[in-house]
Amino acid sequence: MVEQEGIRRYIAHIILWIGIAIVAFPVYIAIVASTQENALIANGQMSLLPGGHFFETYYQTIFVGTSGSTREPVGNMMLNSLVMALLIAIGKIAISIISAYAIVYFRFPFRMAIFWLIFITLMLPVEVRIYPTYKIVADLHMLDSYAGLSLPLIASATATLLFRQFFMTVPDELLEASRIDGAGPFRFFWDTLLPLSRTNMAALFVILFILGWNQYLWPLLITTRDDMQTIQIGIRKMITTTDALTEWPIVMATAVLAMLPPVFVVVAMQKLFVRGLVETEK
Amino acid sequence: MQKQAIFQSKLLPYALVAPQLAIVLIFFYWPALQAVIQSFLLQDAFGLSTSFVWFENYIELMQDSAYFEAIVRTFFFSFAIAVSSLSFALLLAVMADKPLRGSMLYRTLLIWPYAVAPPVVGVLWIFMLHPSLGVLSRYLRALGIDWNPLLDGDQAAALIILAAAWKQISYNFLFFLAGLQSIPRSVLEAAAIDGARPMRRFWTVTFPLLSPTIFFLLVVNIVYAFFDTFGIIDTMTRGGPGKSTETLVYKVYSDGLLGGNLGSSAAQSVILMIMVIVLTGIQFRFVERKVTY
Repeated sequence: MVEQEGIRRYIAHIILWIGIAIVAFPVYIAIVASTQENALIANGQMSLLPGGHFFETYYQTIFVGTSGSTREPVGNMMLNSLVMALLIAIGKIAISIISAYAIVYFRFPFRMAIFWLIFITLMLPVEVRIYPTYKIVADLHMLDSYAGLSLPLIASATATLLFRQFFMTVPDELLEASRIDGAGPFRFFWDTLLPLSRTNMAALFVILFILGWNQYLWPLLITTRDDMQTIQIGIRKMITTTDALTEWPIVMATAVLAMLPPVFVVVAMQKLFVRGLVETEK
Repeated sequence: MQKQAIFQSKLLPYALVAPQLAIVLIFFYWPALQAVIQSFLLQDAFGLSTSFVWFENYIELMQDSAYFEAIVRTFFFSFAIAVSSLSFALLLAVMADKPLRGSMLYRTLLIWPYAVAPPVVGVLWIFMLHPSLGVLSRYLRALGIDWNPLLDGDQAAALIILAAAWKQISYNFLFFLAGLQSIPRSVLEAAAIDGARPMRRFWTVTFPLLSPTIFFLLVVNIVYAFFDTFGIIDTMTRGGPGKSTETLVYKVYSDGLLGGNLGSSAAQSVILMIMVIVLTGIQFRFVERKVTY
């Protein structure tokens, strides 16, 4: 349009760069702080330029951990977070795709009742049923285990709904064609439906991985042993209340490490991520 | 809508839904039911005996001024987070929607905070605005502000809102951009030919056409402020100073775990469940859906 030329376009560029600066500033500060000396930061003398302790701090963070609050190396915490995120993402996709398959491609008694039973779980996040869930996990002896970390978070319907929605759009002719070729329910699922669902599964995987990696309240409750804690819990334990003891460069290095995997996934898989997000939420 | 082509099998479909059904029943319905039952029980101080007290836990909550304050605080936080994050995200999306060079780069540089975990967001912001060592606190003090969010409740609240809104910008930006791109160019061109200037075009054409997106995001942001701010609050202020940053979800956590008052905590959970169901209901009822269930 006519007015779009010239100055307005410059203003748009400037506003966008200001937005990016606001969004990036806290992370810049974290990276800078992770390369400086703790004494300097504790005095409030932190400089806005990187210091010389990059390798030292990150080596200590990943392989040794802090000397005070939590002695667990952050590398181990990242491994726990990774296992938890993968279990949640893969587990949820696996159980959801087969139950959506049953609901769309079979007629059986209580089909709609089962669908609604699954559908209702969409509404309540784990936060509102936190203590009873904790008690059940404790009764099942699943505290401090990967199963306890992931199973309660798998119990919701978003993925089932997404797959159901997608299966509804798959033309009936495909099923008829495979039937003529002599395929049963397993063959049809494996050879036809699964390859067609690949992009949906990938998009969902990106979102669920981030969701799992970023979990906080649930692991906070059910992990007691230091060697089972996730990176999100570890970082909280590092900020001691008497802040003279907080080793800020290590805390900031941990924050940077905690951000890396999910941010990498979002940036690398941007197209899939955006698509998956818009589809699951709307 | 029903599939015409289906498989005939008696047992297979049950086997296929069994894993999900089992997990949902054990880890969702059973604890949700327990929460409801627990909310009608009263436990003595040593946990030795429990008695059924009907709605006593609820009545006590209604008469508790601290609970009332937590409700007001939660809604205020939600509103402040949603409005500040939505307006900033909309401004950025309108700019990024223009045919600019490098718009893909802008988009990438703006969406990644979505992936940052709430406790990490909390750690980043408390570090920048820490009273004694924060980089930004120096400037606030230079401006003559007596900045100490660890002691001043209002400042702590402002800090939580700032951090929570920061994280939500990218999410809102994405949906606004998608919304803007679905507005037909011809409508805007027609308005331009009629002599409407850009600002007027925005308020009379774009904004009304975006209203379903805005409404959807408003509900999502409120749900976000209710639940996902837990990690931010816990790393930054732990509900303090006093109770000035204690939201409803944080209160469920602190009353149940730290206070040991399970009956009241369960009653609070049930009230929260009802709130979420209402919010989700509103979202389904008013937001246009692509598919019918």
